[in-house]
Amino acid sequence: MSYDWDTLIGELQTTTGETLYMVLASTVVAVLLGTPLGILLHVTAPNGLNPRPVTHQVVGAVVDVVRSLPFVVLLIALTEVTHAIVGTSIGSTASIVPLAIGAVPFFGRLVQNVLREVNASVVEAAITTGATRAKIVRSVLLRESAPGLVAAVGVTAVALLGYSAVAGLLGGGGLGDLAIRKGYQGYDNTALYMSVAVLGVIALILQFVFDFAARAIDKRRSAAI
Amino acid sequence: MITVEKLTKTFDTDSGPVHALNAVDLTVPAGQVCAVIGQSGAGKSTLARCIALLERPTSGAITVDGLNLTGLRGANLRAARRQIGVVPQGDSLLRQRTAAANVELPLEAAGQSKLERRQRAADLLDLVGLADKQRAYPDQLSGGQRQRVAIARALAAQPSVLLADEPTSALDPETTNSVLHLLDQVSSDLGVTVLIVTHDMEVVRKACDSVAVLENGYVVEHGDVLDLVAQPNSRIGAALLPTGESALGRADRLGSAPIAHDRVADLVVVGFHAVGTLLGEASSRHDARIDLLGGGLARISGTPVARFRIGVQAARPDAVLDWLADNGATVCPTSSEVAA
Repeated sequence: MSYDWDTLIGELQTTTGETLYMVLASTVVAVLLGTPLGILLHVTAPNGLNPRPVTHQVVGAVVDVVRSLPFVVLLIALTEVTHAIVGTSIGSTASIVPLAIGAVPFFGRLVQNVLREVNASVVEAAITTGATRAKIVRSVLLRESAPGLVAAVGVTAVALLGYSAVAGLLGGGGLGDLAIRKGYQGYDNTALYMSVAVLGVIALILQFVFDFAARAIDKRRSAAI
Repeated sequence: MITVEKLTKTFDTDSGPVHALNAVDLTVPAGQVCAVIGQSGAGKSTLARCIALLERPTSGAITVDGLNLTGLRGANLRAARRQIGVVPQGDSLLRQRTAAANVELPLEAAGQSKLERRQRAADLLDLVGLADKQRAYPDQLSGGQRQRVAIARALAAQPSVLLADEPTSALDPETTNSVLHLLDQVSSDLGVTVLIVTHDMEVVRKACDSVAVLENGYVVEHGDVLDLVAQPNSRIGAALLPTGESALGRADRLGSAPIAHDRVADLVVVGFHAVGTLLGEASSRHDARIDLLGGGLARISGTPVARFRIGVQAARPDAVLDWLADNGATVCPTSSEVAA
């Protein structure tokens, strides 16, 4: 009996779509919420634009606690929250909630680290122009670290790709689900390896695209134009 | 015009308070170039950061054109910052922005329109000699060019004071000269008061009208460069124009025919004409022999200044020195009599 490739390819197509949907949606949420979080962490730091030691410590602690939780635990712990937000706790859309909540503090810390790389005398130069803090964040911190931020989005997307496979465990769908359900539990090695291969290819493409974009917008040491 | 009065800055550290600045007084008249010079740890950077309104002084006042800038907050503080253009130490340009966009930053902060900003940035880059580099990014510019862009940016919001923190420390001598020339031009053409914080005596020699020497947080010397050069005990004077006897002078005195001078004195003469004629005329008028024992000639901020150590042999040596003093030289006897 020959292997039923048609079924597998159909399943791969469906689950790839689910995976991309989960990864892209949760990345968007992580960027939208994680960016302000990273800015807050950076700005309230001891040498930041607006040092607030207590806020900095408390927010930092919350971020680290959430980040230290294994994703499976987060996934289960957030079932009620997920249900409240999307009306169900099963399926790809439901997985986006724990994925995003897990990724927000992750991306926030990445943003904080990237912003820290902006040279202090560049920021001080901006302060001496009489710019407001909001203006400095927008035009100096975010603009100067744009390549690093784009690269951080790539790192986050790849990390979420890994987490999304775990979401498959709890009925989230996606390539991880296919690998575990059909491949591992169904003793179908072909399905297992094909799912893993597609996941790998997606990871490589994501990394390449974001690295390329980061380099393309970086004006440092460029001889072009 | 910028006035610093009794400026004190104390940092609380784990090992006790550190007094970075102690009752520093400093006055720079409008349109002049003043250097604050000192070794590392003297408090230069702290002074620069206080004047740049980046650091709040513990006490004292910083006044620009009669307005006290210390103690301001919020919008008033931001408005005051626009009064003082700052060229910070080190690389301070935004590396993701073109030269022109860097110059526009203070104008964005001031809320100017895109059109106004573009025009002003183009004018300023033209002023600093980089009209053709508007669209270049900092990484495509040399160190000297980047410093020029930083100066253009500091001038963008039309401040009355320009503060430059170690503007030449990373530059080669030739580029240093061109940047100093630009700062000089800024003060003379635009009437901007320029304050340069530096550890480099060449900056004082080449570009400054006045100077303040900072040591352990105290101003130990402050005044016009040319006045200080003429003062016998001035460190600036001694550093800019050493009077020590030259090898030639010593050889004359220690050689086979030692000359017993009646008087040995240090002489400071400002202005080229005076330097050329004074000693000859003194010699012939008083029938005196005047030997040059050391010293030399230097150009300070474009003015020739000479400081010589002279030995005088004459019937009335004091009359020779008096005559020199009456005719524009600053005379400082180093010893009443030198034995052979």
